[in-house]
Amino acid sequence: MTTVTPYRSTAQEARDGFAQLLRAEWTKFCTVRGWVIGLIVAILVTAGLGVLVAKTAVPACSAQTSTGQHGPVRHGAACGQPSYAQGPGGELVQDQFYFVRQPLAGDGSITVRVTSLTGLGREEINGQLAGSLLVPWSKAGIIVKDGTGQGSAYAAMMATSGHGVRMQWNYTQDTPGLAGAVSGASPRWLRLTRDGDTITGYDSADGTHWTRVGAVALAGLPSTVQAGLFVTSPRLMSYSSSLGVGNVSNSPTESTAVFDHVSRTGTWPARAWTGDNVSGVGTMNDQGVGYHQVAGRFTVTGSGDIAPLIAGAANDGPNITVRDYLLGTFAGLIAVAVVAAMFMTAEYRRGLIRTTLAASPRRGRVLAAKAIVIGAAAFVAGLAAAAGAVLIATDIAHRNGASVYPEPWPTELRIIAGTAALIALAAIFTLAVATIVRRSATAILIVIVTLVIPFVLSAPPGIPVGLTDWLLRITPAAAFALQQPAPQYYQVQANYIPPAGYFPLAPWTGFAVLCAWTVIALAAAGYLLRRRDA
Amino acid sequence: MSLPAGLSRAPHGGRARYGRETLHAEWTKLRTLASTGWLLLCATAVTVAVSAAADAAATCPSRGCQADPAKLALTGVQAGQAIVAVIAVLAVSGEYSTGMIRVTLTAMPRRLTVLAAKAALSTGLVLVAGAVAVLACVLAGRLILPGHGFIPAHGYPPPFLALSHGPVLRAACGSVLYLALIALLSLGIATAVREPAVAIGLVLGLLYLFPVVTSVIGNQHWQRHLEQIGPMTAGLYVQATVNLRRLPLTPWEGLGVLALWAAGALIAGALIFRFRDA
Repeated sequence: MTTVTPYRSTAQEARDGFAQLLRAEWTKFCTVRGWVIGLIVAILVTAGLGVLVAKTAVPACSAQTSTGQHGPVRHGAACGQPSYAQGPGGELVQDQFYFVRQPLAGDGSITVRVTSLTGLGREEINGQLAGSLLVPWSKAGIIVKDGTGQGSAYAAMMATSGHGVRMQWNYTQDTPGLAGAVSGASPRWLRLTRDGDTITGYDSADGTHWTRVGAVALAGLPSTVQAGLFVTSPRLMSYSSSLGVGNVSNSPTESTAVFDHVSRTGTWPARAWTGDNVSGVGTMNDQGVGYHQVAGRFTVTGSGDIAPLIAGAANDGPNITVRDYLLGTFAGLIAVAVVAAMFMTAEYRRGLIRTTLAASPRRGRVLAAKAIVIGAAAFVAGLAAAAGAVLIATDIAHRNGASVYPEPWPTELRIIAGTAALIALAAIFTLAVATIVRRSATAILIVIVTLVIPFVLSAPPGIPVGLTDWLLRITPAAAFALQQPAPQYYQVQANYIPPAGYFPLAPWTGFAVLCAWTVIALAAAGYLLRRRDA
Repeated sequence: MSLPAGLSRAPHGGRARYGRETLHAEWTKLRTLASTGWLLLCATAVTVAVSAAADAAATCPSRGCQADPAKLALTGVQAGQAIVAVIAVLAVSGEYSTGMIRVTLTAMPRRLTVLAAKAALSTGLVLVAGAVAVLACVLAGRLILPGHGFIPAHGYPPPFLALSHGPVLRAACGSVLYLALIALLSLGIATAVREPAVAIGLVLGLLYLFPVVTSVIGNQHWQRHLEQIGPMTAGLYVQATVNLRRLPLTPWEGLGVLALWAAGALIAGALIFRFRDA
């Protein structure tokens, strides 16, 4: 009996791993000159627009008024010098209030009763405040502060006009106490005690039953601190974008509070109270502010705020942020989307898809390989674009002496890496859409309408904020929130609007919206690719 | 060597008839594509929907809010133009995608006539769709805006947003012309670059670049100049009906800037089309 040996090819069996598939897709991507050029164009456009923004940034010394129609928008005053105070955490702060103070040596406490808080403010008419207006965050209370220097550490208990009693410290921190407004019928008792580095705040409605609101440790507080009464009232900010031009209304307000039952424990070496209008450079009005004391009753009027400065267009801080250097992201995104769409549609156009699917019949893996290749390429391009734009533009702005919001490095890193992630995700989203519709023109249209147009509509004035607010929550464009330049503070009223870099969703929530859209599109693409005849 | 009769010369009947036949052929191509109708419908719907949403989101709480109701009611043009651009791009690039362009140019060797026919037809379609969309936008504005504070007491006397009012008529007609010019600009760019995705990316990048950049630029001198030369920023001046003196250009001058862009793109596209191998 003879055994028949079946024929076996002497050629080595081809490997069919995912790595080979990735390599095949990578080869396809690299060998099309137009696609590589497209990514280079994305980098150049993004970085170029960043340079344009930095080049045209107004130097701090010549910036006086911007779009403000009702009263000028304040900017830095001294040329070439940092004109903003920095708080203990390194952030830019506003430190303006009227301070009726005495030094407090060592431990001690101060207790007061606030019986009224009234306001004055409105459009400036010939430099005078007119009308009566109480902004929700006007503050009156007691404060313990490391001297009267701008940006020094502090802790304060205060009654506000719209948000009840609060304890605030070191500019960015805020804790609520008793709710409700102050009036003669329902006064607010406030107390601060110092024990070493720890300041504890208490509030009470009747002066007998006290509630602890919070205790904070102010590191490095000197043994003698300034303590006393303070009143301040932030600027009235509004941004009406339904006008033909962006219209920022930003006008000063004043508040007056009445205090009595001032009592102190501990060592207070000075005999009398000192009234100080604590203010930084370029302060607006100091007419009207001051205090007078009749017996144990203090009437104090102040203007300003003790709070972090909010940067960006239409706000009080520097109006250029790192986010503005990345303005070109949307243009880079268009270039990357064109490449990503063609990475898939070119296969259909040339009939290459049949070869691709014959070589690798598991279609889901083909889609995955394509997504990884285009995502990685777009991430690298996005990283180069964002880092290039930020580094070059920062350098130019620095040399021009423009006033730029200083970003702590973790935020800067989040903005740069986030921009790269946004571009990478957008590329994968485009690839999935292109797989679904199979035509590059339709794919590009869908991506631009959902990802780019909501962002574009939010940029210039003239579109109602309500419309863009809604679009920037549900469309993939929500991911632009990754470029938010600074936290949004609940206790600071400001124009948290898209032109200033504030999107309706928090940075990573916005990114999650794009991720969700990408997953949905990829799932649909995978399903259709498998079910449909190529 | 002499070419067969009819290839290089116009067929019997001369130029006019040749032109008419080219137009007819292009019309047949455009008409029988399902995408044309869908995209036109989509452009109209998006324009009207975005405008209505903008109307609903707008408020004029007190006297002197200075909002421009015409510009507000026509906000959707800024989104609808993207689809108009796609319609025009596909009229040219679609043929390159399928290789149809070789058949077209064999049948009608006069390339500039082909381009002119394509331009005339897509512009005509966009004019019709644009007119419908703009009328609907104005109507939506008239219905929705008075409910959001745009009332005589706040400085909006009747007739509110009436087309008989000169500036409103200019804004409405200007917006239709604006869309037509966007179509021509897109057609020119598409003829030059052929690839539909690239053409759409270029057109929309060019349009949206200027408003985004000018919104952030701090230097007012640069801001003004960029607004003046941007095809979208300048072109949309035609929608302004209040505070005209604050505009860097008059409304019609602004539309003229867009017309220059469109003419430039068409000439560049025509030259490349004329001398390049299809």
